[in-house]
Amino acid sequence: MAEQLALLPEYLTAHIQLTLVALLLSTAVSLPLGVVISRTPWLEQPALGVAGVIQTVPSLALLAMMVPILAGLELPSIGFLPAIIGLTLYGILPVLRNTVTGIAGVDASLKEAARGVGMTTWQQLGRVDLPLAMPVVVAGLRTATVWIVGVATLSTPVGATSLGNYIFSGLQTRNYTSVMVGCVAAAGLALVLDSLVLAVETGVRTRRRGLVALAGGLGALLYLFAAVTLAAPYLADRERPVVIGSKTFTEQYILSAILAEWIEQETGRSTTLRQSLGSMVAFDALDAGDVDLYVEYSGTLWANEMNRGDETASRTQVLEGVEQFLNEGHAMTLVARLGFENAYALAVRRADASRLGLSRIGDLRPHATTWALGGDYEFFARPEWRSIRRVYGLEFGELRTMDSTLMYQAAAQEDVDVITAFSSDGRIRAHDLMVLEDDRGAIPPYDAIVIASRRLSENEPMVIAAVAALDNRITVDRMRELNLAVDEDGELPAAVAERFVRELSR
Amino acid sequence: MIELRSLTKRYGDVSVVDGLSLSVAGGELLVLLGGSGSGKTTTLKMINRLIEPTSGSVLIDGTETSAVVPHELRRRIGYAFQQVGLFPHMTVEENIAVTPSLLGWEPDRVRARVDELLTLVELDPTVLRTRRPDELSGGQQQRVGVARALAAGSSILLLDEPFGALDPLTRRRLQESFTRIQRELSLTTVFVTHDMVEALMLGDRIAVLNEGRLIQVGTPRELMTQPADNYVRELMSTPRRQAEVVDKLMTADATHG
Repeated sequence: MAEQLALLPEYLTAHIQLTLVALLLSTAVSLPLGVVISRTPWLEQPALGVAGVIQTVPSLALLAMMVPILAGLELPSIGFLPAIIGLTLYGILPVLRNTVTGIAGVDASLKEAARGVGMTTWQQLGRVDLPLAMPVVVAGLRTATVWIVGVATLSTPVGATSLGNYIFSGLQTRNYTSVMVGCVAAAGLALVLDSLVLAVETGVRTRRRGLVALAGGLGALLYLFAAVTLAAPYLADRERPVVIGSKTFTEQYILSAILAEWIEQETGRSTTLRQSLGSMVAFDALDAGDVDLYVEYSGTLWANEMNRGDETASRTQVLEGVEQFLNEGHAMTLVARLGFENAYALAVRRADASRLGLSRIGDLRPHATTWALGGDYEFFARPEWRSIRRVYGLEFGELRTMDSTLMYQAAAQEDVDVITAFSSDGRIRAHDLMVLEDDRGAIPPYDAIVIASRRLSENEPMVIAAVAALDNRITVDRMRELNLAVDEDGELPAAVAERFVRELSR
Repeated sequence: MIELRSLTKRYGDVSVVDGLSLSVAGGELLVLLGGSGSGKTTTLKMINRLIEPTSGSVLIDGTETSAVVPHELRRRIGYAFQQVGLFPHMTVEENIAVTPSLLGWEPDRVRARVDELLTLVELDPTVLRTRRPDELSGGQQQRVGVARALAAGSSILLLDEPFGALDPLTRRRLQESFTRIQRELSLTTVFVTHDMVEALMLGDRIAVLNEGRLIQVGTPRELMTQPADNYVRELMSTPRRQAEVVDKLMTADATHG
């Protein structure tokens, strides 16, 4: 708990920055737009329609979509910018809709009276329509506030630190204290901001100057805080730290922490972590130079970026192909092969394996039609699955999609019979499962490799040299132990990484 | 002086007001009398361009209203609404001060004017100035509505059934106050009502409208003695018939008693 709370200042500050900036921008767009619409009736349906469609896009997808769009525009594609744009779009609908309905709901006789006493259109808007619509507009603003605070937790996968860091890493490493701290902090923040908005509105409506000053002052202080903390990195004349990325699973949290620890120790350069990035977000971020370094898997690039997942190829062939692709296509560098693979592998219960004499994937064939196969969210859409079916001619009785952290337990408890395990996961052994050999090479090799951005390769030879020294230093058994220490023993990735780097230095 | 020339308002094929010509002399109170759908409110709203006529014109002191920017025209013409239309988020003072502040009066002048008007409509400024409309009785709201219409000191006043929703005693008191104010300030007034008694008591002249057309215009006496048609005759006889009903009840009570 104390370790989690130590992260709170960083995560909460980032979350406040995201929320307040997005709220300001979305109000700045939607309030004037709502006013214009209320004066231009033909605009109402199209504008509310578009805002409604944006709202129906799942929020995670909306944020993730900003990454390729911004990259296409050659703008910073991960981190603050995509998160802010996504959140701003998400916050538009409630204020827009409530502004339009609020103004439309003002009593027609009062609108006529406003004209009758000699107000112009804009005077009527400012003195009658908006003040009378204010409670409805503020209700929309409060909805937007709460939504944005909630959705901002999804900024983590697009590379913006937020309270979502607690939630994503906590879910992946089964650290429910972390998840809880993230949720409670987000809920608390939503509650505080919502109360401030309500207090300002109540104060204005009932003309209590003190209340307006108090709540408005607190809000202004929060904005000042966000502005200062946002500006601070630009004002401080510091060398940019080496930015190390990680995807959203235990091994990646550990390896990114190892890289950070190792680089700081060997070169004295400061580092910063961008954790819980979406799989493709990490690669795009490296390509765009927003991230300097992260651990990738040869097969992932082979299948997803190079579209060669349906070919069978040896470990060396894939590595060579990937290296060439990185150098020539993207000016990136393959700095080190860590020495282990984290491939998809089919795993069964050891008891079944010895009872039925299973050792290779092909041995599943007589049993598959009555068995259930459990896979992670993406496996059944991946080329590996097509390849396995084609090469081994397997058809399972049932396919079940589940969270990858739950697969191993599901197999052990006989909810499913076979799982698409990750070969470096310590839980294979911990749950007494056994990996079946892919003797016909249906699954491409997934060597863990450290890849570096062009910027790092060109400007920081010290860092590159330090990372290159990690070549072949992590065996698959060692990686499994490290993963297990986090997944089953509840250690923090940072602690595990620190221990490993200490051993490495001896 | 207000002049309506062949004023017409059509919605599609339906004529709501049809070729209406009338003039109101300076300081005169003209009542527009008619049932619902007679076009009296539409006529009133065409005078200050809350509704634009389909054809015809309105002249105020010789100037065509169509040549004046609508909101500037309306600031020069007091208007009291049927639904009162006090702004619920403003105090009594702010409601009355709306038009003067739109005209850019100095705050001191506005404050003095508000006190003057509240006194004129027989409300206590010290008590009511800072109240919200929903804290007032119906009669008080109507008085504030009239005060707001008078606020900018315009000499022309348009009133749309301003006392319609009040109980008879309150209405009576307001009518009396209003007659006094109208005479004192010599306001050129158009007063819309469907209430025969109100029309007879307040109007210097009465214009009877039916289905968008002007049937007859004249002093109450003229309408009584020389009704233009059966409609006007019947209309004019209603107060007398009501009085006869009351009379009969009285005599019946007397014989029984």
